[in-house]
Amino acid sequence: MTPEAPLLEAEGVTVRFGRIEAVSGVSFSLWPGEVLAIVGESGSGKTTLLRTLHGDLAPCSGRVLYRRRSGETVDVHALPEPARRLLARTEWGFVHQNPRDGLRMAVSAGGNVGERLMAAGARHWGRIRAEAAAWLARVEIDAGRIDDPPRIFSGGMQQRLQIARVLVTNPRLVLMDEPTGGLDVSVQARLLDLIRSLVRELGLAAVIVTHDLAVARLLADRMLVMQRGRVVEAGLTDQVLDDPQHPYAQLLVSSVLQA
Amino acid sequence: MTAPPRGPDPAYNEAYLDEQTKRMIRRALLKAIAIPGYQVPFASREMPLAYGWGTGGMQVTAAIIGRDDVLKVIDQGADDTTNAVSIRRFFARVSGVRTTERTSEATIIQTRHRIPEEPLRAGQIIVYQVPQPEPLRKLEPREVETRRMHALADYGLMYVKLYEDIARHGRITLSYDYPVLVGGRYVMAPSPIPSFDNPKMNRSPALQLFGAGREKRIYAVPPYTSVESLAFEDHPFHPWRADQACDLCGSTTSYLDEVVVDDRGGRMFVCSDTDWCATRRVAGYRGAQAGHPIAADGGA
Repeated sequence: MTPEAPLLEAEGVTVRFGRIEAVSGVSFSLWPGEVLAIVGESGSGKTTLLRTLHGDLAPCSGRVLYRRRSGETVDVHALPEPARRLLARTEWGFVHQNPRDGLRMAVSAGGNVGERLMAAGARHWGRIRAEAAAWLARVEIDAGRIDDPPRIFSGGMQQRLQIARVLVTNPRLVLMDEPTGGLDVSVQARLLDLIRSLVRELGLAAVIVTHDLAVARLLADRMLVMQRGRVVEAGLTDQVLDDPQHPYAQLLVSSVLQA
Repeated sequence: MTAPPRGPDPAYNEAYLDEQTKRMIRRALLKAIAIPGYQVPFASREMPLAYGWGTGGMQVTAAIIGRDDVLKVIDQGADDTTNAVSIRRFFARVSGVRTTERTSEATIIQTRHRIPEEPLRAGQIIVYQVPQPEPLRKLEPREVETRRMHALADYGLMYVKLYEDIARHGRITLSYDYPVLVGGRYVMAPSPIPSFDNPKMNRSPALQLFGAGREKRIYAVPPYTSVESLAFEDHPFHPWRADQACDLCGSTTSYLDEVVVDDRGGRMFVCSDTDWCATRRVAGYRGAQAGHPIAADGGA
């Protein structure tokens, strides 16, 4: 196999909110098809880092490089906004913790999935609908619910719908912010199963922010452990979880109840 | 038909607005014409009329009207409704211009809800009264966000609305204020004209100006600019019209109003454009209920 260039690279990313340094000097590379988990307690800067990767927040120093489908490498924050938005709706996807942030609650499930297609230029109603129906089936939402608005869906269904809406444009990179937060355990398990099979099937690269080590164990190839804005440990998931080196990583791993 | 010219009422500045205000509006108009379909903010003034009654259109008209102009004002296609009559009288008084009910004689046509049936010609200006200039408003309440969507031509959301319409009703049921794409760039609200009138905007030889008084926006479509109604490839745009003929003049091509004529379920269809209907009746066209008292004070 020929060595490929990384898909996404963070180089010394630092984000400050006033005097508070939320993310300090984070560097990592994400390779095509790889799933990276970022774990750490609340307030450790995981979500801030994710939003910076997505271009929603600008870093105070450092940069984020992304290799486009065309092979060209771009600095995410140096792109003009139209180009960045285009990237965000064609090559990337963002799954929010709260489906309300990622869905239009008053628009039907089909319309929610179709919006990304229409934003990308699809103008054939029948094909948009067929594509939406196919994606609803893939995320295990009954075809009869295609015209129902997500506000009457259960939490698990809303989250699955959000994933369908993100994946419909065949992104190469998906950023997920606590995708299983707020769901009960059995629904979480099904959602994780679904994400895992979709990621493998589609060869997606993903960055998953979570405080749940089980999610990292199940989905991620590699993981970063963050504490107070810094990456304190990085490595293969099994390695980090089974043999943590940094005291904070040890604490984190040992504080999980063994079921 | 044509009122004789008098001078402007000396108690007011010509065309009511002061000269600086007219200059400000003209600057906004020039910018609007330079960027077809783009909403230009302007410092809308109080007019001697309630918001929602055409204050935006009146300010545009006041800014462009001159001594030689001939003004026609229509409301829902009719020259003789309250709003049309009072705006026409207002301009006759404050600017002393000639007024008319004939589409062909007018140089400026201020309108609410309709475009005249008679095709407009080069040199004419049509001024629309606009209640809501932002076509994306019902979908996206944040002004900052809608402006960004226009700036980036990010119009996926507009299609979501049409998608939902088809999903729910099997077809696009939107029948007025039907969104259009102007000059291949900006999505624009055509004001609440019926979708029947949308095709008349496309490549029209007349200059089309839009004024929204309460929302403080002016926009424009210059002559011969493409105006395309949004639709899907497999659900093309379909202008809606009642499948009837006018009961007074027999027209089968004009936009019709359904009028209830008694309390026993009696109804008739008549042209919404009163000038068009009257002109046809004078020319001898007769509908199924020609001579009905409803037409008694309508000219012919």
